[in-house]
Amino acid sequence: MQGFRKIGLGVLAMLASLNAYADYSWNFPLPATPMALDTLHVHNKFMTITGIIFIVVLAIMIYSIFAHRKSKSYKPVADKAPSTAVEIFWTLIPFAILLLIDFVIMGIPAYHSVIMMEDTRDKATMVIKITGSQWRWQYEYMDGDAKGIKFVSNLSTPKEQTEKGFQGVKDADYLLEVDNRLVLPVGEKVRVLMTATDVLHNWWVPQFGSSRVAVPGFLRETWVQVDRAGTYRGQCKELCGKGHGYMPIVVDAVPMEEFKVWVAAKKEELSKASAGADKEWTKEDLVATGKGVYEKNCAVCHQVSGAGLPPAFPALTGSKIANGPIFGADGKYLKDSHLDRVLNGVRVMPSWKALLNDTEIAAVITYERNALGNSVGDVLQPAQVKAARQ
Amino acid sequence: MSTTTVAHHEEHHDHPAGIMRWLTTTNHKDIGTMYLTFSLIMFFVGGSMILAIRAELFQPGLQLLNPEFFNQLIGVHALVMIFAALMPAATGFANWMIPLQIGAPDMALPRLNNWGFWLLPPSAILLTLPFTLALFGIGDGALATGWTFYPPLSVQGGIGVDFAIFAVHLLGISSVLGSINIIVTLFNMRAPGMTLMKMPMFAWGWLITAFLLIATIPVLAGAVTMLLTDRHFGTHFFDAAGGGDPIMFQHLFWFFGHPEVYILLLPVWGFIPQILETFSRKPMYGYKAQVYSLWAIGALAVVVWAHHFFTAGMPVPALLYFMYSTMAISLPLAVLFFCWIKTMWKGSMSFETPMLFAVGWIILFGIGGLTGLVLADVAADAQYHNSYFVVAHFHYTLFAGGIMGIMAGTYYWLPKMTGHMYSEKLGKLHFWLTAISFNLTFIPQFFLGLAGMPRRIPDYALQFAEFNMISSIAAFVLGFSQLLFVYNIVSCARGGKKATDQVWEGAKGLEWTLPSPPPYHSFTEQPTVK
Repeated sequence: MQGFRKIGLGVLAMLASLNAYADYSWNFPLPATPMALDTLHVHNKFMTITGIIFIVVLAIMIYSIFAHRKSKSYKPVADKAPSTAVEIFWTLIPFAILLLIDFVIMGIPAYHSVIMMEDTRDKATMVIKITGSQWRWQYEYMDGDAKGIKFVSNLSTPKEQTEKGFQGVKDADYLLEVDNRLVLPVGEKVRVLMTATDVLHNWWVPQFGSSRVAVPGFLRETWVQVDRAGTYRGQCKELCGKGHGYMPIVVDAVPMEEFKVWVAAKKEELSKASAGADKEWTKEDLVATGKGVYEKNCAVCHQVSGAGLPPAFPALTGSKIANGPIFGADGKYLKDSHLDRVLNGVRVMPSWKALLNDTEIAAVITYERNALGNSVGDVLQPAQVKAARQ
Repeated sequence: MSTTTVAHHEEHHDHPAGIMRWLTTTNHKDIGTMYLTFSLIMFFVGGSMILAIRAELFQPGLQLLNPEFFNQLIGVHALVMIFAALMPAATGFANWMIPLQIGAPDMALPRLNNWGFWLLPPSAILLTLPFTLALFGIGDGALATGWTFYPPLSVQGGIGVDFAIFAVHLLGISSVLGSINIIVTLFNMRAPGMTLMKMPMFAWGWLITAFLLIATIPVLAGAVTMLLTDRHFGTHFFDAAGGGDPIMFQHLFWFFGHPEVYILLLPVWGFIPQILETFSRKPMYGYKAQVYSLWAIGALAVVVWAHHFFTAGMPVPALLYFMYSTMAISLPLAVLFFCWIKTMWKGSMSFETPMLFAVGWIILFGIGGLTGLVLADVAADAQYHNSYFVVAHFHYTLFAGGIMGIMAGTYYWLPKMTGHMYSEKLGKLHFWLTAISFNLTFIPQFFLGLAGMPRRIPDYALQFAEFNMISSIAAFVLGFSQLLFVYNIVSCARGGKKATDQVWEGAKGLEWTLPSPPPYHSFTEQPTVK
């Protein structure tokens, strides 16, 4: 019988912990949005109700197990089935109790939560678009001062830490750190549009309480209103391939003034980058920039060495495409050329058109053609990429 | 069934011995034994896959597996456990026990029965072959999408996806054949006097299961076929670029997938009350209420599917409908729980291994059911969905509710099947090891989910380390405890104390009127039920 006690104690401990708001490793993390707060309340309430049901039913059962045993010579009650009327009466009692719990005690708060969760438009002061790709997030600000800001956010935990057999000390935010964080103003209701470029993804920050699947070809929406400044971390939670565990989300919630400063700085940074697209680059600069772009974006599949992981992910070293011509006699880029692959993708290879800017595409292609064991010797200029986009 | 044919088959002259006996057999008990053996083997195949995963998740960082291989293991583990371990186990019991329980000489369609079984080994090979080949460096492995095949990931995947699609086709055909056989048997071969409302509860559980299978398996077969044509023949059912919708697949899949949960559980809900009445020495309470509840659950099972993907985006009325209809399942379940406990109440209980498993099953399945009720809430589901909370929840329903139920049934009927008593001491040890290590495996996973750990990730952030470590250690204890189960079954089959016809003091029903083990052709003369 020790086992039953053990289970009972475990459940009691579970229940007690639900109300210990201070210790959040036993419950949802500290809510940062109205939606997460509501979710926590609903969760605590429902867990308490189901916990009580469980304890009461378990208590009755345990009493019976101890009292009505053969070893205590307990004689079974009269060996005949109850009459239908009595049976219906008794079995309707649990039915009625659950009817009340499901549709009144739990059902009514659950209704209000759903309405609140799905109200993405009322009082929203800004709109952002989140695009999931294998295996990174892209953020775009759709209106207001920040309109036009658009960047990609990649895992930035050092690669050697995530590799097989790493023995050293891991970063505190192992697997939960990115290069470019999403920045949101505190206290503003932000409408979030969600989509994907390849497979399903799910943008989930536990402290926000909202999670929505990003579906390629469709827009889904949700909303976020972060009420406390701080850094919030989350992960993709829809299986999206081998990098599924490696596409974290980091959001910095900052006061409005700070947000405005960030917007101005980010805009300048982006305009500088696009200005870079118009100048003539040297091969060395492109290769140097391209190495960084390659290792951040391409090495997951094609490997740092360029050897790939055949058959799913072909090698770039000695590849026909990476060593073939890019432009035809008419000056337009060729179908199935190196540039076509990077811009438009094919099968598992994603399209990088929206994820990388002209300079990055030019740099990474130049790098792939002049490193990784290839030596084509040519240079692709950002201006050529820009022209190719049209 | 005329009496002349029955007399003709009395002798054992008409079946070959050795391997040919098993290949050609149309005998319900032989086929049942093959189903159960197959299921036990696949239980260990699926189990060893998950132990590899738990070993990888023992601590943060990648130690043993590549992410690609990890993703293959999770999906194949689920498909093996659901389609090749749990479902064949229930079908095995149906084959063995339904003719015995209803007083029939055999199943109604014996050759169909043989075919139904022999479709299973090829499909198990289809499921595990790509993956085994990849271990030797051939091909790119099994499907890496999880068992749910969600496109576009499954459209992108390698040839392993095609293998899994054909495996599911074969398994589906096998299930439908088995279901047809069970329905025909139950409607036509009951002993005189056994009206439908006098059928044993196990027969009722299976009858509803069989109807659910026939209703939903074709939808799954259709959905994976559409996936196959999307992959190879240029259709765009699930591709937005061609006017399709990836989420439509989820609707089709879960139209099968949710009833599947009840397909796995209804047979167990059938024999658990029989075990309870046997060891409480008192007839089961509320037979009619239980039968009606089983029907109600069977009906609700096919109208609640979308609660598996609330976060995929749906109109508010649809969210509300699926939330409330899902909650409604708790009403008939509450009636069932009430009847089970009322059966024990004021009985004269003894706690042999089957009863221990049955009582433990009520408690643990109760946790699975109650967390299911909480999961129905759309707002909270946004947090639970695809987190470890869900993983813990469905292992409470499918491991505790499914597999531990099957174990209860195994210990209950093993003496009847083999004619020997198993070792009660080892049986009890097996129960306690299983129950305790199961809880230690999955209770930490509830907390992992609440803390924000997504499922299906090969590596995790440092804050999840402690719970994962506890869970992994307990999972290994749980896995290795199952060797006791095998040892117990094998030694019971080989010999031991002779079992009486009735086996258990409080056992009632036609199967306990036959000798243990029962003769090759179960009932040569039809018994009459009052």
